[in-house]
Order: sequence, then C-alpha cells, then structure tokens
Amino acid sequence: MAKERTAVIGVGQTKYASTRGDVSMAGLLREAAYRALEMAGKTWDEIDAVVMGKAPDFFEGVMMPEIYLAEALGCVGKPIMRVHTAGSVGGSTACVAASMVQSRVHQTVLTIAWEKQSESNAMWALSLPQPFTTSVNAGAGGYFSPIMRRYMAMSDAPELIGCMVAFKDRQHALKNPYAHLHQPDLTFEQVVDSPMLWDPIRYSETCPSSDGACAMIFTNEDGGDAHDGPVAWIKGTAMRSESNSYGGRNMVSPKASEECADDVFAQAGIQDRRKEIDAVEMYVPFSWYEPMWLESLGFAEKGQGWRMVEDGSTNHEGGDLPVNCSGGVLSTNAIGASGMVRFAEAALQVMGEAGDHQVDGARTAFGHAYGGGAQYFAMWIVAADK
Amino acid sequence: MRDGDMREIAIVSFAQRQQATIPTESEVEFMVPLMAQAKDAVGLTQQDMGFTCSGSSDFLAGQAFSFVATIDGTGPVPPISESHVEQDGAWALYEAWVKLQCGDVDTAFIYSYGKSSPGSLRDVLATQMDPYYVAPLWPDAFAIEGLAARMLLESGKVSERQLAEIASRSREHAASNPNAIRKTPKSVEEILAEDYLADPLRPSDIPASADGGCAMVLAAGDRARELCDRPVWIRGIDHRIDAHTLGVRDLTRATSAEIAAQKAGVGNDKIDFAELHAPFTTSEAVLTDALGLGDDVTINPSGGALAAHTMMAAGHIRFGEAFERIARGDGDRAVVHATAGPVLQQNMVAVLEGE
Repeated sequence: MAKERTAVIGVGQTKYASTRGDVSMAGLLREAAYRALEMAGKTWDEIDAVVMGKAPDFFEGVMMPEIYLAEALGCVGKPIMRVHTAGSVGGSTACVAASMVQSRVHQTVLTIAWEKQSESNAMWALSLPQPFTTSVNAGAGGYFSPIMRRYMAMSDAPELIGCMVAFKDRQHALKNPYAHLHQPDLTFEQVVDSPMLWDPIRYSETCPSSDGACAMIFTNEDGGDAHDGPVAWIKGTAMRSESNSYGGRNMVSPKASEECADDVFAQAGIQDRRKEIDAVEMYVPFSWYEPMWLESLGFAEKGQGWRMVEDGSTNHEGGDLPVNCSGGVLSTNAIGASGMVRFAEAALQVMGEAGDHQVDGARTAFGHAYGGGAQYFAMWIVAADK
Repeated sequence: MRDGDMREIAIVSFAQRQQATIPTESEVEFMVPLMAQAKDAVGLTQQDMGFTCSGSSDFLAGQAFSFVATIDGTGPVPPISESHVEQDGAWALYEAWVKLQCGDVDTAFIYSYGKSSPGSLRDVLATQMDPYYVAPLWPDAFAIEGLAARMLLESGKVSERQLAEIASRSREHAASNPNAIRKTPKSVEEILAEDYLADPLRPSDIPASADGGCAMVLAAGDRARELCDRPVWIRGIDHRIDAHTLGVRDLTRATSAEIAAQKAGVGNDKIDFAELHAPFTTSEAVLTDALGLGDDVTINPSGGALAAHTMMAAGHIRFGEAFERIARGDGDRAVVHATAGPVLQQNMVAVLEGE
C-alpha cells in the first residue's frame, strides 16, 4: 500500500530575537503553535499527536523538555515524541512528523522545533570538557572554516562571494517580519569590513544566536483536500547520516548530502533540479555554505556554485533559483528550529503565504537542513499541486 | 495503534548489557559489540538496514550532541537513513515502527544506551522538572517518588507489605537474569525491616541503577520470517503522556498508561507475562492496575527495572526481554511497557506475540 499523501495546512513562527525575555519556554512554543493552528483552522482537540524537536538540552538546561512541555503543547492524554539529530533536527523532526501521517498511524499532527538560547550559552554547551579529548574550544565556526577554505581553493571562487551571500540574506531578512536580524542600513562594504572571526568567515558572514520556535500542522489526503485554505503537499522527505570522519571523506560535499538529495528528488520525480525547483530554503549558517550546498545538492555543477551567487541567480529579486528569501539561518538561528524554519518557509512559498518575500508563482520548493560535522542531513520537497 | 491494515512488524534479534558501572569504556565502546551481536544474530550488516534509530540523553553523557559519537559504532559509511530521539529507546523503536509502516523499508536497527554512574542520577533528574518553578529547588527524584508513594499508600490501593512483596519477587526473578544487578534473595520481612530511604520507600523499592544499553533488529512480514525461527510480532503499540505538574494529576493512577493499554489492545486476549518499566515498586503497583493485569499474568520475569535500571534503555530493554522469552517459547503473548518523566508521566504500552 502506498504511503498516505500528506499536506501541510498550517505554519506558525515566533518573532525571533536574541532574547525573548517576554515569554517562558512554554510561552515561546505556544506562540508558534497557536499561529500554526490558526492558519490550519484547527483546535488542539483536532491534533492527534505532537512531534517536537530541538538541539542539545544543554542549550536551555532542561533535560528532555517534552516532559515539562506536555501541558503547554496540548498533549495531555496524547502522544509526544522528541527528536534530536544535531543541527538538522528541525528538518528531521518534520520528516518524523510527516511519517506519522504517511504511515496512517495518525491523521493530523502538530510538529514544532525550537531553541531558547538566551536561557543558557551555546558556546559553553558545545565546549564541555570530555575525558581524553582535547577541545578546540572554537565552536562551529572554527570547525567549518577550514572546510570552506578547501572549497575556495578547489573552486577558485573570488574571495568576496561569502560576503555577497551574507549581504543578500540580510537584505532578504528585511522582507520577513519574523527574522531576527533587521539591518536596513547595512552596506556590502560594512560586511566586507566586519571583523574576521574564523577565516574566511567575517562577523557579518555568520549566524546570530536566536530564541524562537516554528510549528507546522500536517494532515492526511482527505484533510488536505477538504482544507479551506492554502496547502503544501509533501512530495518527498529524506534523512541521511554518516561518520564525522573516515578515510577519503569529502567534507566539502559529503556523500550523505548527495545521497539524501538524490533520494528526495527521486521521490518528487524531479529531473532538472535547477529548473523544476522554484524556491530553495537551505541551511547556511556560514556564508560560504550557499555555493557549497548549491553544488552538493545538484543545483550547480561542481566548482560552479559561486557563479550563481555572483550573477544574482539566488536573489529573491531577479534570480531564477531564489535561495533563502526568508533571510535564512544567516539572519535567524534558533538552532533547533532552524531546520524546521527552512522546511516551513519552503511550504509557505508554495502556499503563496510568504508575504513580502514570496517568490512569484512558486509551485515547488526545497527545504534543507544539516548538522553535526556536516554529517546529518534532512530534506524535503513540497508542491502546490498534489 | 492497532489496525487490520497495518503491516506486520516483528522483533527478530536483541542484545543487551547492563552492569552497576561500566567505568572504563565509553558509550560507543560498549555499544559496538552489542550492535554487532544484534546484527550477527540475523546475518545482517548495517547496509542491510532500511532505517536506524537510537535513543540516549546528552545530560547523562555530559556532552552536547553525544549521540554523534555513538553513531560511528553503527558503521555509517556509506551513509545511512537514520534518526535519534532524546528519549528512552522504546520511542526509537516506535519511530522505526512508524517508518516500517510507511512501507518504504523492511528492516530497522534500533539501539539505546545510558551511563548514569559518572553523576548522581537522582539529582540530574531534577533538571527534567519545570525549569522555572520546580527545578530550581533541586527536588530529589527519589523524594518525588516518595511523595507519590505516600499518596498511594494513603489511598488504600496498596500496602507497604504489598510493595515489599513486589520487591522480593523482583529479586527472586532476577536471580536467573545475567544482566540483573540486584538479585540476592530477600524475604518480605527482611525488606520491611530496611530503613526508609525516601519515606515510605525503602532501598528495595527503588531501582538498581545500571550502566548499559541494548540493540535490536525489527523486520516486516515475510522478511522477519526469513530472518529468525520465531519472530515476535508487535500486535499493538501506543504511547501517551500525562500532565507534568504533579499537583494536577492523580499520582495514584497512570491515566496515560490506561489509554495506551486500551489503544494497544491489551485486554483483547490472554496475556502470559508482562515486562513493565516500573522503576519503583509503587510504579509496578500502579501499572498493574492501569493495564488491568490479573493474578494469572507473570509480572517482570526478568526482575524488571527494579533489578537493573539503565536510564534511556530500560523501556527498550523490556521489549528485548519479552522478545527473548517468547522467542525461546516461554510464553506466547506479552505486554510490554516503557515510561519517562517523574511518577510514570509518559507511558508506552505494546502487545507482543510469537509466530
């Protein structure tokens, strides 16, 4: 028996900020959940199960917070699951939630991913000393910068491509009221002149630390057909993981990334990736990852991804493959939520609900998340047509 | 969930290790042999697994993204389709069961583990409580269970002697379980003579903390029949959660377990035995009631979680214990249960049946 066709009928996000001191963790989640329920025209009673995701519990200091959040998420007497797959978790959580409907185990589920980084300190949480292990104490930027340098060397990309990506995404964020960073006066020169943090990544080429949550409502085919409002149909979901290090591992374009992409594009029946996808939301926490992922995901030939940045192909205005019209992770990074935000923003594009950052006529969109040492991947494709 | 249209999914192999402390091996070091054992038992390699899912906790490992190290134990090269829950491995099993229900894959590999010995679990668990109003008080996990136990005793549903009987029987059953830790026999009178640890709970009423983990293979339909002599089918499985705030729920009942048992079809046919994730004697008393298990049902023939409690794997291990018993013919039909949170807040119930 084929999988149940599954529809996204609601998306809800919080306003992202470095500190959402106005709400508790529960309050933050409810802000996103209520907005998703409102868009879906559903009440808590109509939700069969909740699938929650977030990054490490140390980021807030709450062990297995789904336990504490049961009431806030309307789960009393219902099933709740908690997914944790590194930085890809927001995407993975959406994939797991979709499987609850695709399998016909449930009819309608709410999925939510979040982080409230202001409750703790992510750099501390990522640097806890381990026995017999030397910590580089450099955080994610220090880990990924040599990989980006490797890409630059392999592709002969001009030095300022990263700055172009960052400037573009910060411009896109101005059209997204939920985005964390709104920098209307930022100039390209200021991006270039910002302090170098982890060569080649400057201050303005990296993501902020955000508080925020993102929720979606999924329902089955009958529910999607009957829904009086915009619908995004899930055409494919895929997850892949691989070892952090092994002989011959391509860290610029990991095999897990390429195989995950092959799987999800095959599920959606897509042949020409660049032509058939109308909008892309990809996980770019450091600017150079945009051209790197464009290549790894098959939107550009190897070594050519930076040209799409240079010629404006990934711009909201005038680009043939707009990337991160929401402002992306470079403008908002509530870590555990970031993957789901990519998936949700892809859904909003095909629902025609992306507001000022809507890509005109978007029918098919791609959502992407990665995590760990670029070793965990989650992807989906959504479309306006069933 | 129980439905005639669902795919038949079975447990086909299992491996576990539990001991009081595993001081010299990391999680990945002690999981690698277990992973190999579970796969070898059915002649499969990692590349034969359609899906892989695991359960563990960063708070036990003392490291963010701790599961990222353990995944290397599976041998994920080439890449694998994989996911992880920050929950007991029983929920990893559930996620894999849902994935198998989607029909894309026919096999799944599931593992879970926890090493509590480096810290004080009863204190660590305080961080699971409401972070604004309760956790700052650092309530001790045994004390919380003690408060609930007092309510249970005062409700008249169970007596201290009955709790001691549960503890005594667990030790008796555990005697033949190589993975059990608390297995020396003790009479009801001897247990009642123990000093209180968290009034009214005595040392024998609380779980014997363990380090360890387990690994398991699931398979669908005829694939399961090819892989082993007697697949153990998951006939029904469901999980629910109750309110977290201790003051708003009746702590002498496990309402979410009652719903899950009904959804999983516990009452539909005769049950031979039950493997309940009951860390405390009081948990077992409440669960026996919630699941409607009669006197004819053998409870926790392994000794249960009282005899060895590996945080993040204890629920998953109940599935494995029931699988091994049914696979070797010691019973045909079993109820399995897993829990999370303080005082049985979250509960999973499944019905397993041999081919």
